[in-house]
Amino acid sequence: MHDLTLTQLSAEIAAKRASSVEVVTHFIKRINALNRKYNAYITVDEERSLAQARAADARIAAGAAAPLTGVPIAHKDIFCARGWRTTCGSKMLADFVAPYDAHVIERFNAAGAVIVGKTNMDEFAMGSSSETSHFGPVRNPWNLETVPGGSSGGSAAAVAARLAPAATGTDTGGSIRQPAALAGVSGIKPTYGVVSRYGMIAFASSLDQGGAFARTAEDLALLMNAMAGFDARDSTSLEREPEEYARELGRPLAGLRVGLPAEFFAEGVAPDVARAVEGAVAKFKAMGCEPIEVHLPNMALSVPVYYVLAPAEASSNLARYDGVRYGYRAGGYNDLIDMYKKTRAEGFGAEVKRRILIGTYVLSHGYYDAYYIQAQKVRRLIARDFRDAFTKCDVIMGPTSPTTAFRLGEKAGDPVQMYLSDIFTIAVNLAGLPGMSIPCGFDAKGLPVGLQIIGNYFSEAQMLNVAHHYQQATDWHTRAPSGIDL
Amino acid sequence: MALSRDDVERIAHLARITVDEAGIDRVLEELTGIFGLIERMQAVDTAGIEPMSHAQDVVLRVREDRVTETDQHALFQSIAPRVDAGLYLVPKVIE
Repeated sequence: MHDLTLTQLSAEIAAKRASSVEVVTHFIKRINALNRKYNAYITVDEERSLAQARAADARIAAGAAAPLTGVPIAHKDIFCARGWRTTCGSKMLADFVAPYDAHVIERFNAAGAVIVGKTNMDEFAMGSSSETSHFGPVRNPWNLETVPGGSSGGSAAAVAARLAPAATGTDTGGSIRQPAALAGVSGIKPTYGVVSRYGMIAFASSLDQGGAFARTAEDLALLMNAMAGFDARDSTSLEREPEEYARELGRPLAGLRVGLPAEFFAEGVAPDVARAVEGAVAKFKAMGCEPIEVHLPNMALSVPVYYVLAPAEASSNLARYDGVRYGYRAGGYNDLIDMYKKTRAEGFGAEVKRRILIGTYVLSHGYYDAYYIQAQKVRRLIARDFRDAFTKCDVIMGPTSPTTAFRLGEKAGDPVQMYLSDIFTIAVNLAGLPGMSIPCGFDAKGLPVGLQIIGNYFSEAQMLNVAHHYQQATDWHTRAPSGIDL
Repeated sequence: MALSRDDVERIAHLARITVDEAGIDRVLEELTGIFGLIERMQAVDTAGIEPMSHAQDVVLRVREDRVTETDQHALFQSIAPRVDAGLYLVPKVIE
């Protein structure tokens, strides 16, 4: 049952060949048996999940089912879900039970989907390895001594290890695409503003975007249909007509112009990664696509720009954790300021504090123009590079990550090395464009390689079609790691 | 630009985070490395470029001025560290 894709599982449930209770019970049994190995989930609540599953079965019996009714979906522990502990991977929120639902959760609940658990992640989504979680690191199902990427590493690992058919994630600088690549699953980050940020715990609000993981592009289209849409409670949510994201899946790719930025194929990309990505490009060429060289001359500036803007926004967003209204409060203190300082020193982990300090500095008097405003200006240059490139091509392709999964602890002591692992994903967030990662091969050690597909604004349906055709012609996305059997 | 121990102490105070004496040197070293990375963008000529704060260049929406939220203070305060009589409790700030 866990080998079925989300689309297949949903068809099984709709045809009443399996009940939601049976499917959910099956996945929870797997999680209970295997999660200690991967640490992909922070919270599982069998009673709550089964209550939703029973309601889904009743809805199906009444003939009122929607495409996702009854299917289990894992949610990154950044999405508030009423009654569920929602920790964001932090000691600060270790006992926080959300009193309301995120828009994304509301949408999945309305569709009749079942929350099968909350997945592990880098603390407050700040990281590229899922090692900074207060609940311990996530392990990559392809090799337990390596990281699954981050920050949505728990969601990626859960889908890879067949502990959920699909999962939500968020992507501020690559946090869906990079773990999708390192854990060998498919992931999509939509255009900024397409998925509401309401109830999605804020990190860097001008970059944060919700998205999803599954095994196929077809599954991702199903998830996008549920997640996307206007929400007045998010001031940056875009008012657009609802879309059917699977509408282009049948369209042939012949004549599609594939932009290949020279900057994505330069030095610093591991040879095995370059080989797998070049192999994928050759496959697209064989399908009638036209490769076109494009340039993103300011690409290399995306990491420095990001490490000004994201910490600046984080320092402001995370000011709310003061030990007063919810979350952790330090045990002993002398006065109000002392309470704030000790609460935040004890409640936040090292990487979160580091970023708050960077953000506080770049926003402080005398440095604001030199750092924050300059970074916003360079951000525009980076967005213009993409605009120019998309006058010559329909989609852009390249590696998602310069390497395959790295060893646990390998970069944990060196923030700059960790930050550079997002070199190919960050620019997409700065421009606000949609991006995907899909499996396109393995390195010599048997670790998965991800192909990044970047589309123009609001071209998710086209990108999903591009990925879907590749998955019709290859079987990388069907491979499963060993050791996932009970 | 070189960060100093004083800078670290100043921003830690602004950010309301205690950094102990032993931690200051470690934080200083880490931040110095990160600002070494950040400085790569400072030499870029951005004369005449408008800062970009939002991906879509949209204007902030305004909404009608009407009550849309219900009173849920009991629910929201049920998860607060310390509450009494509908009020959040903090250390005394006025003598």
